[in-house]
Amino acid sequence: MATLELKGVKKSFGAVNVIHDMTLEVRDGELIVFVGPSGCGKSTMLRMIAGLETLTQGQISIGGKRVDHLPPTDRGIAMVFQSYALYPHKDVRGNLGFALKHAGVDKKEIEERVNNASEILGLSDLMTRKPRELSGGQRQRVAIGRAIVREPDVFLFDEPLSNLDAALRVHMRVEILKLHQRLGNTMVYVTHDQVEAMTLADRIVVFKDGQVEQVGTPLELYRKPANKFVAGFIGSPAMNFVNANAVDSAVMVAGTKLCSSKSAAGEVTLGVRPEHLILTEDGPFSGVVSVFEHLGGEAFLHMTLPDGQLLVAKLDGENSFSTGQPCSLGIRPEHCHVFNKEGYRIAE
Amino acid sequence: MLIKERLSNAGIHTVLIAYSLLALFPLALILINSFKSRKAIFREPMGLPIGDSFSGKGYASVLSNSDFPLYFSNSLTVTCVSLVLILLLGAMAAHALSEYRFPGDTFIGIYLVLGIMVPIRLGTVALLELIVNLGLANTLTALILVYTAQGLPIAIFIFTEFLRSVSREIKDSARIDGLSEYRIFFEVVIPLVRPVIATVAVFSMIPIWNDLWFPLILSPGEETRTVTLGVQQFIGQYTVNWGAVLASLSVAIVPVLVMYIIFSKQLIRGITAGAVKG
Repeated sequence: MATLELKGVKKSFGAVNVIHDMTLEVRDGELIVFVGPSGCGKSTMLRMIAGLETLTQGQISIGGKRVDHLPPTDRGIAMVFQSYALYPHKDVRGNLGFALKHAGVDKKEIEERVNNASEILGLSDLMTRKPRELSGGQRQRVAIGRAIVREPDVFLFDEPLSNLDAALRVHMRVEILKLHQRLGNTMVYVTHDQVEAMTLADRIVVFKDGQVEQVGTPLELYRKPANKFVAGFIGSPAMNFVNANAVDSAVMVAGTKLCSSKSAAGEVTLGVRPEHLILTEDGPFSGVVSVFEHLGGEAFLHMTLPDGQLLVAKLDGENSFSTGQPCSLGIRPEHCHVFNKEGYRIAE
Repeated sequence: MLIKERLSNAGIHTVLIAYSLLALFPLALILINSFKSRKAIFREPMGLPIGDSFSGKGYASVLSNSDFPLYFSNSLTVTCVSLVLILLLGAMAAHALSEYRFPGDTFIGIYLVLGIMVPIRLGTVALLELIVNLGLANTLTALILVYTAQGLPIAIFIFTEFLRSVSREIKDSARIDGLSEYRIFFEVVIPLVRPVIATVAVFSMIPIWNDLWFPLILSPGEETRTVTLGVQQFIGQYTVNWGAVLASLSVAIVPVLVMYIIFSKQLIRGITAGAVKG
């Protein structure tokens, strides 16, 4: 049980700045997700919290105690890696108990803690197997179990589900969520998958090029993205961006007013989520269908506007369109996101 | 399709069998002739040791020679100690080179591997001078030091390649579990590269065991002779006791063979590790 505090953390490899200036407070028992495209510095940040990378500048505290000068093992953290990082020559029991055995914990207690963890994760029948005799999901469970037995203050997850197939990934995601509810520990979870971020997180930190773009709850990020990057990153399919004009606080596309925004002026970008586009009789977005993807329950309509811009709409699966067919889409004013030329959100 | 496959299989095996015969022929010749009398060796070199051509004289003269156990233990000591040093120092150096970034790491890596290209025998004169100045002439230590130096470059080269492929996350995981860097090396990294250790061991062991050059130059003394040097006493200026020479060579094969059998399972895994994705 502990808070995690990052204060002015910077990291550079030579002349390359990987983390620019990161300040963040993770509350006790919170599950916080670092999300961003690959190479954005989120894993580096996690490794710095773990103590596997040094800080160029700044401070890290866990439970109010400064830890950035301590070796990983004294920080009260446990980490689950993407490749599971199990010791191949030890069986499941050996893997689970290794850290404790090394720390000189009493044999009885090791036994107890290992059994406890294996029960939580349903590993009891696999205790004598070697990692190579386990499936991907089972290996992942052992990796998580190895973190649990250490009874850390903070759990760190580095893309733990990336090596699993799609079905198993959904299953393990739920398992991790259950685990968080059961243990109530502070957890930091790194992923590049925005669905994982949305479903798991109490709060999400969106990274881009070593900088934090936005911190907020999943719904805050979805409803009020701070900039175009966050808007495009959260949500699937990604948000549509359309060039628009703001005149007298009215945001216009092709001569039609879509919404009003007091502080908008001149050229702006209008952000529209595919799920918020609705079929209309006559605009304001009119064009021809370029691709129609049918997924059964829902369908994605790709439409080309007369000026060449593309729009994707998520429609009900009842609809059917063919390529080249003219169509027309509209949007409710409260679903419009307006961004200025620099890509930042303009307040209503 | 099936016929074609069988034909190509047969072709491959023909080549392999032919190569095996070629490689085994000299060994077989040594073994056969080691059991024959001197006359029989020259009368019929290819003949099997049956009837009156059979003679255990060669072995008798080798085994009754009280010095031979000494030569054997010298060879074994030199080979084993050098091997342990090569494996230990080579793996540690390779671990440092593949795991840590430090100033001059590339230079040191290249410097160490450069030894592969320069035959150590080129430096014999300087080595002899050095060994004499150190007061190590006619000692097994001299041989051990030279062989360790001789084996290290290729050992470091092979180890570095394989240690680079050890997942960084496993080492990080061990760090989080609180292991010191030494224990990470011995308890996590070494068990992962066991096949490579066997490979390097076999490749380093054979040239050391077979070497005649350095024992002859650095330690020709009666007390420090190795097997290869000891065999020379049967080769006189005017007469050669072929039976004894061949018998001692046959006996000398045994330890290498035993070590190879011990390592072979791991060795095959080591050689194929790069080629076949496990």
